[in-house]
Amino acid sequence: MTDKRRNRLLIILTVAAIGLIAFYMLYQLNPDILFYQLPSRTKRVVAIVIVAVAIAVSTVIFQTIVNNRILTPSIMGLDSVYMFIQTSIIFFAGATSTLLLDNRINYFVSVILLVIFTVLVFKYLFKFTGNNVFLLLLIGIILGTFFGNLASFMQLLIDPQDFMVLQSRMFGSFSSVNEQLLLFTSIIIIILLIIVFKDFGSLDVLALGREHAVNLGVNYDRKVSQLLIIIAILVSISTALVGPIMFLGLLVVNIAHEIFETFRHRYMIIGTMLFSTIALLLGQMVVQFVFNNNIELSIIINLVGGLYFIYLVLKRSQK
Amino acid sequence: MINVKGITKYFGKKPVVDDVSISIGKGRITSIIGPNGAGKSTVLSMVTRLLSNDSGEVLVEGENILTQPSDALAKKISILKQSNHLQLKITVRQLIAFGRYPYSKGRLTEEDERVIDETIQYMELEEYEHSYINELSGGQRQRAYIGMTIAQDTEYIFLDEPLNNLDMKHSVQIMQILRRLVRERDKTIIIVIHDINFASCYSDDIVALKHGKVAISGTKDQVIKKEVLEEIYEMDMNIEVIGGQQICVYFDEKCTTANELSALQKVKVAQ
Repeated sequence: MTDKRRNRLLIILTVAAIGLIAFYMLYQLNPDILFYQLPSRTKRVVAIVIVAVAIAVSTVIFQTIVNNRILTPSIMGLDSVYMFIQTSIIFFAGATSTLLLDNRINYFVSVILLVIFTVLVFKYLFKFTGNNVFLLLLIGIILGTFFGNLASFMQLLIDPQDFMVLQSRMFGSFSSVNEQLLLFTSIIIIILLIIVFKDFGSLDVLALGREHAVNLGVNYDRKVSQLLIIIAILVSISTALVGPIMFLGLLVVNIAHEIFETFRHRYMIIGTMLFSTIALLLGQMVVQFVFNNNIELSIIINLVGGLYFIYLVLKRSQK
Repeated sequence: MINVKGITKYFGKKPVVDDVSISIGKGRITSIIGPNGAGKSTVLSMVTRLLSNDSGEVLVEGENILTQPSDALAKKISILKQSNHLQLKITVRQLIAFGRYPYSKGRLTEEDERVIDETIQYMELEEYEHSYINELSGGQRQRAYIGMTIAQDTEYIFLDEPLNNLDMKHSVQIMQILRRLVRERDKTIIIVIHDINFASCYSDDIVALKHGKVAISGTKDQVIKKEVLEEIYEMDMNIEVIGGQQICVYFDEKCTTANELSALQKVKVAQ
């Protein structure tokens, strides 16, 4: 595939994403409740784009750093830690606590704790394991299981009614996001995107691995720490905004790899961003318009993602 | 001129490289030889800042490599390690283009394109320019990687076992390219190499390491000697001059018998 075709594909994907957004905004618009429908849908679209971008960028960069195409940042057990934080709040402060009910406070507490956790784990583990991906993977799984089990243990002990409150936070959902939080998150994401977009070149070099990167004059340790902090923030804000939804990353990055056939981050990052926006929008439409909000978005995406992977495996094994 | 002063590296409590001091002359091919586990690759990694040293220092043109910005150093020294398994979808041309990163940070200029074209010609890779790296044979791939370090256009080029897994033809081809680089472009090349006959035939200077220490360091003629090599490798060895080159014969005890020696002598006379 030539660069010309890749550029054309990016344009097509952008048009498709914008078309889907327009469709989502205008579908079955009711003039009587327009004042409610439009703001509500706008909020969801903004949230979807933010989360899609955060997941795409963090997953592509993470895979570049660990030089592995099946790992995603969620391997560090971030989803479980998020659940652990939410469960702990209910467990220790009760379901009526402002920590849980006030979306803004809950968001900032979650973001701060998640960023601290991720930075600590990443920084410490990368030093400790000497960039050994398999050790990192193993420790990530152990940490995820640990926090997951701790959370389910506390869930067993709490009041069933409190558990119902908690359950609404267990699945990624775009139905109840706060406007101010959206604005705040958008600003952070844009700043991070500018940092990433300014330097696609060094990301390409990092994809060659540590030794080549050092040889070519990249200050490897500093660059990787900087990127890990960016990943930690991206993952944390999207998880705290809509709940656990990181599984999407693996799917969209692999679609982008299959279609763009390149290692270059200019195409991979922008392409993955567009794919994940389209995937989330389609998923949200199905949930909202076909199933009338009766199922969770994550279920749809897992189903489609699973089918796509089976298709990939079958295609590979035929070759 | 590169001066290595007393570098030491511990893995755990065991010193893998122990107080190694060498100086590397400009415009020459220097080979680092020695038995397995002598610390050759570790020395190379420390001299090229891939690995931190526990003590000692490395001076390039009198300047410590650790106090220089990494991107400035990338225009002076380049290093190619031995294991190169990239899972990337990357073509030969794209790989070689990475060699220009220290100069243009990923935004290729016309000058860069010119250097890349030249390098592809130099490495005789025109045919495979747009092939993916993982579709090439070992020799072609090795040439592509060396092409990347050549495109980097540094004064000093370090190669860690560039002949690994290559057959004779490709090994000779690579060594000839290295010699041309020294002759035509006045580069300084330092290689870690296992085959002492390649070291003997192609290098100007040889550094021999054993148990993490410098066993001997000097010109080729000072190092390729029966007593010296027997001591380093702890095995019997004979050195014969064939076609003007010193060749070490070490395959098994039979080689040292009178019969074999006279046979070799005849070959020598015939030439």
